[in-house]
Amino acid sequence: MADIVLSQTAATEKRAIAARRGGFMDSRFRILTWLASIIVIVIFAGVILSLSIGSMPAIKAFGLPFIYTENWNPVTEKFGALASIYGTLITSFLAMLVAVPVGIGIAIFLTEICPRPLRRPIGISIELLAGIPSIIYGIWGLFVFAPAFQQGLQPWLIDLFGNIPVLQDFFAGPPYGIGIFTSAMILSIMVLPFISAVTRDVFETVPATLKEAAYAMGCTTWEVMWRVVLPFARTGVVGGAMLALGRALGETMAVTFVIGNAHHIQKSLFAPGTTISATIANEFTEAVGDLYLSSLIEMGLILFFITFVVLACAQLMLGALERRAGGVSA
Amino acid sequence: MKNKRLYNRRRSRNAFFLSLSVLAALFGLLWLGFILTSLFYNGFSGVSGKLFTEMTPPPGSDGGLANAILGSLVMSGLAVAAGTPIGLMAGTYLAEYGRYSRLSFFVRFINDILLSAPSIVTGLFIYEIIVVKMHSFSAWAGAASLTVIVIPVVVRTTENMLLLVPNGLREAAAALGAPRSAIIRTVTWRAARAGIVTGVLLAVARISGETAPLLFTALNNQFWSTDLNKPMANLPVVIFQFAMSPYEDWHKLAWAGALLITITVLALSIAARILESSKRS
Repeated sequence: MADIVLSQTAATEKRAIAARRGGFMDSRFRILTWLASIIVIVIFAGVILSLSIGSMPAIKAFGLPFIYTENWNPVTEKFGALASIYGTLITSFLAMLVAVPVGIGIAIFLTEICPRPLRRPIGISIELLAGIPSIIYGIWGLFVFAPAFQQGLQPWLIDLFGNIPVLQDFFAGPPYGIGIFTSAMILSIMVLPFISAVTRDVFETVPATLKEAAYAMGCTTWEVMWRVVLPFARTGVVGGAMLALGRALGETMAVTFVIGNAHHIQKSLFAPGTTISATIANEFTEAVGDLYLSSLIEMGLILFFITFVVLACAQLMLGALERRAGGVSA
Repeated sequence: MKNKRLYNRRRSRNAFFLSLSVLAALFGLLWLGFILTSLFYNGFSGVSGKLFTEMTPPPGSDGGLANAILGSLVMSGLAVAAGTPIGLMAGTYLAEYGRYSRLSFFVRFINDILLSAPSIVTGLFIYEIIVVKMHSFSAWAGAASLTVIVIPVVVRTTENMLLLVPNGLREAAAALGAPRSAIIRTVTWRAARAGIVTGVLLAVARISGETAPLLFTALNNQFWSTDLNKPMANLPVVIFQFAMSPYEDWHKLAWAGALLITITVLALSIAARILESSKRS
């Protein structure tokens, strides 16, 4: 009898120990997952901190004028980032000018016009463009696109705009093939899938009743898209475009190959230029002297700041959309 | 009569804009076709057995990409080995423990920023914290910079996939008396396994072509090297260097390397897609 009681208590005790160990394991697992998510924040903070520390010498030496002076002279150690910042902004701007309408067009095609069996394959093919690594765009741009552009489209554009007062300045100069315009074209191809994918997803959240109501009023497909679907999906489309813009601003390799790495701001879009990322990629390993390195790091910090603002806007817009989509489906 | 004109104008405008959108789709597909054909055309002429057995050559002589392929495999492998557990755990926290907590909201936001942040900045970050401290470029630094890129990808897909797991499964396991960690490990992770693997595949696809962060972390190495404390060759940086050079035979190798990377990336993303669709059905 006593034995039975004893073994029973032993068993319950063992179970209690197991349960306690389970509880210990449980909280340890929880803490591990918590730590892992803290790592994400630590990385982000680390990027900002380390770049800030690294760029201190340049900030001390040049101060605010770093952002708005153009001369970039490693010999005299005078650095100003304006040419790179200008290049980054102008290439991304031109890329968006092409990619936004085309991306929306693709989304319209995929949701409205494309025969159903073809939708998935075509959608996937377009998204494959996003999967191709940027170095591939770079080598393709350098060896295939730029020479073709130089011989075909570029002289034609120079002739076409040659006598138009304002435009002739933008499309002037010898056709090098490489330059700001070429980089922007390649960027626009790269970010196209981001815009079309987000836009298509947003279009699909438009309630069918809205579209049906518009069709019932006698609207054409285009009128339904332009007057009903696009206004409804506006936030999402803008969010998708911002996301693509964030990518374009920070894109390195595709641009580095074809931009020409020239630290001047020229009016002509056919002239070679540089972007922040291209300058860093081209010059970082060859930079001698702390000030040179530090200037490059400061440019990295500026780039991170610009993309942070753009991507944060994109997040907020797409986040608002997600909440709304959640509300609709619930 | 006036109505008829208006009607016709609306119809022709409709036709005009819809054909524009067809053209837009053709535009996208055209570039894809253009890129892939020139890649295969130029790449295959450089592919030979030597590609996998010989080292990167000095200009003017014969060689392959063996050391670069090895370096890419080693560094990607290290990055995935380090980044997957961290990303998996962080994604688990976001989806399971802190689904509605303020911290999770913040982590999600930061993670999505990191997901699209310029990769060259990652390179600068690792340069500052590892290369400067170690006083040398190294494969470790290259792997670390790739890890920073892997983590956000895995976090995002893990969280998304865990959120798809129905709560009924978790509740059923809890009703059987399983502790939370056991529920996660034996029920939700298992239910979301295909999705999580998809995320890892996508992360591998993403880093296999990353060049910018490796430029000043792993640098490059002309020789066969397995020393992780030394600079290590890797495909993207070799492609960059060779393509920017004036030598014809280096260009050929660069194309061959580009083809290798593209095939890898395409295979990975197709595998990820198949996994994903098998999960959905």
